[in-house]
This record gives sequence, structure tokens and C-alpha cells, in this order.
Amino acid sequence: MSLDPLPLCLLFSSALFGLGLIGALARSNTILVLLGIELMLNAANLNFIAFWRYGPATSPATGVMFVMFSIAVAAAEAAVGLALIIAVYRHQKTIRLQEANRLKG
Amino acid sequence: MNLAVIPVAASVSEWSDSFLERLPLFARDWLTSWLPEPWRWLVNSLLSIAVILSVFGLLFAYVTLAERKILGRIQNRPGPNRTPIPFTKFRFFGLAQPFADGVKSLTKEDVVPRGADHLLHFLAPVVLLAFSILTFAVIPYGRHLVPVELNAGVLYFFAAGAATELAVFMAGWASRNKYSLLAAMRALAQLISYELPLLLAWVPVVLVAGSLSTTEIVAAQAGWQFDIIPHWYVLTPWGAAGFAIFMIAALAESNRSPFDLPEAESELIAGHLTEYSGFKYALFFMAEYFGMIALSGMAITLFLGGWHAPSPYLEFIPSYVWFMGKLSALLLGFIWIRATFPRLRMDQLTRFAWKFLVPLALINVGNAAFWSLSLHWSGPLQIFRWLISAFVVVGPFVLLGRKLSAGVAPRVYRYAV
Amino acid sequence: MTAALVLIAVFTLATAAVALSLRNLIHSALLLIASWFGIAAFYLWAGAEFVAFAQVLVYVGAVSMVVLFAVLLTRRSRADTVIGPDSVARAISAVITGVAVFGVLGVAILKTSFGRLSPADVPPLPGGTGVSSVISAPTATVRDIGIQLMSTHAAALLIIGILLTVALLGAVVLAAQEGPESKHESP
Repeated sequence: MSLDPLPLCLLFSSALFGLGLIGALARSNTILVLLGIELMLNAANLNFIAFWRYGPATSPATGVMFVMFSIAVAAAEAAVGLALIIAVYRHQKTIRLQEANRLKG
Repeated sequence: MNLAVIPVAASVSEWSDSFLERLPLFARDWLTSWLPEPWRWLVNSLLSIAVILSVFGLLFAYVTLAERKILGRIQNRPGPNRTPIPFTKFRFFGLAQPFADGVKSLTKEDVVPRGADHLLHFLAPVVLLAFSILTFAVIPYGRHLVPVELNAGVLYFFAAGAATELAVFMAGWASRNKYSLLAAMRALAQLISYELPLLLAWVPVVLVAGSLSTTEIVAAQAGWQFDIIPHWYVLTPWGAAGFAIFMIAALAESNRSPFDLPEAESELIAGHLTEYSGFKYALFFMAEYFGMIALSGMAITLFLGGWHAPSPYLEFIPSYVWFMGKLSALLLGFIWIRATFPRLRMDQLTRFAWKFLVPLALINVGNAAFWSLSLHWSGPLQIFRWLISAFVVVGPFVLLGRKLSAGVAPRVYRYAV
Repeated sequence: MTAALVLIAVFTLATAAVALSLRNLIHSALLLIASWFGIAAFYLWAGAEFVAFAQVLVYVGAVSMVVLFAVLLTRRSRADTVIGPDSVARAISAVITGVAVFGVLGVAILKTSFGRLSPADVPPLPGGTGVSSVISAPTATVRDIGIQLMSTHAAALLIIGILLTVALLGAVVLAAQEGPESKHESP
């Protein structure tokens, strides 16, 4: 295990991304899939901050800017996704992903 | 407490650095001088934690007593006055009542419903209290007394406050009681609705002061005009409007009357606190009062000039005494409002937040922007500046108020004679 | 320094892993909120205070509320928050996929030599420790962030405002349509 902080941070964020991916693929409850996607977005933000801290100093706040906008977009996406889940629930009365297959051939 | 020499734009009288002001620093230095150098930062932090917990814990105890006495007097009855100091016969206006209450809540049986989620049921008051106490870390209590000096202090305060909403949900869910859950969702709706006016109310202050750091906001309100009128933000039109919005939103955020629908005894028993008894119930109330005290402290920092004295001739009184005085005045105001106004219904509450407070707070931000852009106006233009600012406050208030109470019958007052 | 990073990483990964594997939906959501706290702790460790507080305010203060309300509004009874077991085959293939992605990324990270990224006046350390550990932390004060937002990234700020407004209105429209037969939920 390397002792450099930067590779450690990147490994941390990759592990979190992998966990979010597993969550999004393995569960059949739509809300948990959405939570997995949120986790992946957070892992990407971790990457930005790791490179802001240890990367070349181009301008003092670029990494922070990226993360601010990413947090805003992730929040908006979570709100819309959950509203969609509520709307789908009204029709099919469950939120299992496998049930949403009415357009299946 | 922060030892760093903060370049505060302090008032320039000879009392700025008087012995009384530096007394807490001397005490702290004397205490930490017994320890070797590497441990001093740890003991500094632990000391400030201990001081905050003890001072505000005692303040909480006596605010509960003051509330009961003052509510009683407003309602023409004496309030608690029977508890004597232990092992004596001296009653002293019931000054030992908070300790009797503490003993009672500690020794009551802790009843938890059998199907309740025990871990969440236990964690909810802990989380609530932890985040309420965390908010005390950035408030400047005196000239040299800030526990943690943060560059984004105001944001930290409201972030920690936002995390307390989770505990309300946890309490309502874990109780396995459909009325608790319904009441927790109503309480959450109230908290979320009033968080927006609360956050928008301090945006004008940060705009004019130019910083999110609490010490710099207090420093920006230093100085006096003609040696009588302080530069506090509450004495400007946008500041007065912002202060009013902040206070109303603070009342709602700490579930105080007239916004105490979530915990009133006649509403869904006790709302999300129905299944709590004994010490956990006391912890919920401790968290509510701590929230009240912290929000008042932040209101003092943002609008009332922090620890500054209202006049340079009164500066011999130390800064922390001024802070405590203003804090007491605000808490008395909270208690007075509780005794005076009837409770708001849920729909009245949310309508008031979204249709009245949020537009007013947004207009206030524009008002403060105008104020800071017109800083260089001088002479008779100053009067215009004040007039325009006041008009932008009063005009929308009257218009929105008329629209809010449209369709309601004219009020008939009947007094008990 | 690195010990704190390892602690934060272990906490965040553990809470996230347990959150995505539990059956009880509410416990999953609450553990994920704890992992968001862990991520905010990482931001504080890296020195980005503003982002850490914004993370707590936005995620723990707002997105968590949306998630919990969605969980409560999409069930018919209290039992619906305990989900039945998912298909094991899909879970195994998902774990293999996730581990493969992490493996690829991990190998890429470990094989990259993050060369001299600091300004030229940082002397190389003898003994071969990586240069990245001697880079001094950049500070992004709130003033810097504000100036950047208003000057360099002003267009992005306005677009984000429009995006958030559109998302909010869209969410309200989607979730607020009352069907004629949607009234029989019991808490």
C-alpha cells in the first residue's frame, strides 16, 4: 500500500465508486438504485477535491468550483429522480425495477 | 478559545483591552501553563467545550425556570415558587426548580414501545442534541472569545442546524406509532419551510459585511455614529427587516410558540415525541432550548453587533457581559411571544412561510445590494438612501400582508373585563 | 495525516457498503446519510471547508429529506420498507462488475507516477517518497470562491440557477399529479 496521500485518496474514491456501482446494479428497489448513483457522484467529487489538494496549482479555486456545481447538479437530479419514482409508484403500486416492463416486446 | 491575535477593527477606547476583557484569556493561560507544550491545544479545546457546556447548560436550566415564571406572571399566576434549596427551608422564588426537574426526568421510567426500532429510538435525541451543541462553536461571545475561528463560520452554523432535522424524522419513525410518524412529517415540513427564510435572512448581512466569518461580521459592525448610534445592522431598514424575518424563522426552526404545532399537547398528543419519556424527553427539550439560544446568539452576531456596546461610554462593561445581556433580552422576547400569540395551524404556517416570508427575504437581499452600492452617497442623498431603503421594506410588506389576509373577516377583539 | 485519511475512508466505505446491502430501506437511507458525513469529513481533511459545509447543508440537510419522504410516500404499509431478497445471480454479477471496475481503476492509479506536480522550487526528497506529499495545501477562502463564481464562472452560475429552477418545477409537476384512485395508503 503506497503511502502517498494522493494515490490513497484516489483509491478511496474508486472504491466508493465501485460500491455505488454494485448498489446500482444489484438492488431491485428503485430508491436504492438512485442512492447508488448518488454515491457514484459523490465519489467523483472526492476525486476532484483530491486533485485540487495535491495537483498543480492552476487557479486557487477551480477544483472547488467543480465540486460546488457537481453537488448542485446531483441534488437536482436526486429531486427529479425521486419525483419520478413517486409518479411511477402511483401507476404500478410497487417500486421494483423489474415491474416497470409494460413496454416490453 | 482562540488565542490568535485577530485583527479586529476594535473600538478604540481604552477599555478595548482592559483587564476584565482579558480575564478569560488569563484564566485559560494559567490553567494550561501546568501542562507541557504539545498538549496545550487539546486542553484549550477541551476547556472551551467545558465552558460552553456548563455556561449554556446552566443558562438552559434557568431559562426554563424564567419561562415558567414569566408565563405565569403574564397569565396572572405566580409560577413555580415552592422548591426549596435541598436540606434547607429557603425557597427563593423557586430557584432550585430546574434541578428538581432534572432529578425528576432522570428518575422517570424510560418506556419504549415493544415494536419500536430501539437503535433509532435511542439515537434520535442524541443526534439532535449533538448537532444543536455543535452550532455553538462559531459564535463570538466576547472580544477574544470565539471557540473556533472558521472562514465560513455562518455556513457551518446553518449546516449543523440543518442536520438536526434528521433526528426529528428518526424520532417519529422509530416510535412505531402512526400518529408520531404523521406528526414527524408535519414537523419536517415546518422545518424545511422555515429554513428558506432563515437562510435568506442572513444573505444581506454577508453581502454588506463581505465575509462569512462571524468575527469579521461582528467587526464590520464596530464604531458609532455621533458617539450615540452604533453601526449595528438592525438599525438600518434592510437590517430591521432581516432581523424580523430571522427571528420569526428562528421561532419556527426551534419549534417555539406560535409555531409549536409539532409538540403541542393538544396536537397529536405530543407529536413525534409521544413515545419518549424520562431523560430522552428532557434531552429533546434541552436540544430545543439550545437551538433557541444558538439562534439568538447568531442573530446577535449578525444583526445586533455581537459583543459591541451600544455606546463608547459604556465600554467599561466587558464584551461578554454585553453579549449575555443581549442574549437575555432576545430570550425574554421569545418567552413573551410564547405567552402572547395563539398557535398557528399547519396551513397558515406554511402559507406564511412560502407566500410572505420568502418573497420579503428575497426583496431584502435586493435592498441590501442597493444599500451597499449607494455607500458613497453623501449629504442630502443619505436621506434619500434611507427613504428608498425603508420604502422597499414597507411597501412589499403592506402589499403582501394585504394579499395574505385577503378573504379573512375583519378581526373582532373581545377583552375579558 | 494519512492515519486520519485512512480512518475517514474506512468509515465512509463501511457505512456505504452496509447501506447498500441492508433489507430495511430506512436503515439503508440513514447509513448512506452517515457516509455523506464521512465524505464531508474528507473534504475538511483536505482543507476545503466551504465545500464540506455545503455538502452537509445540501446532502444531509436537503437530499436526505427528499429521499426519506420518497421512501415514506412509496409504500402501502409499514412492512413495505423491509424489502424481500433480491436475485442472487444478479447480485453476484453486480459484485463482479464492481470489483472489476475498481480493479481497473486501482491498477491505473497505482501504476501512474504522479510526477512533480508542485512548483519548481520544491526540492526533491531523498529516499524516493512521492512528491505529492510535500505540496502545500491550497487555500480557497470564501472570498476567492465568490470572486471566481462571479467572474470566471458567472455563466455556469446562471445556468445552474436555471437548471435548479427547471428541476424543481419538474419535480413538483411530476409528483403532484393526483390520480383519481390514489388515496388508499396507510402509514
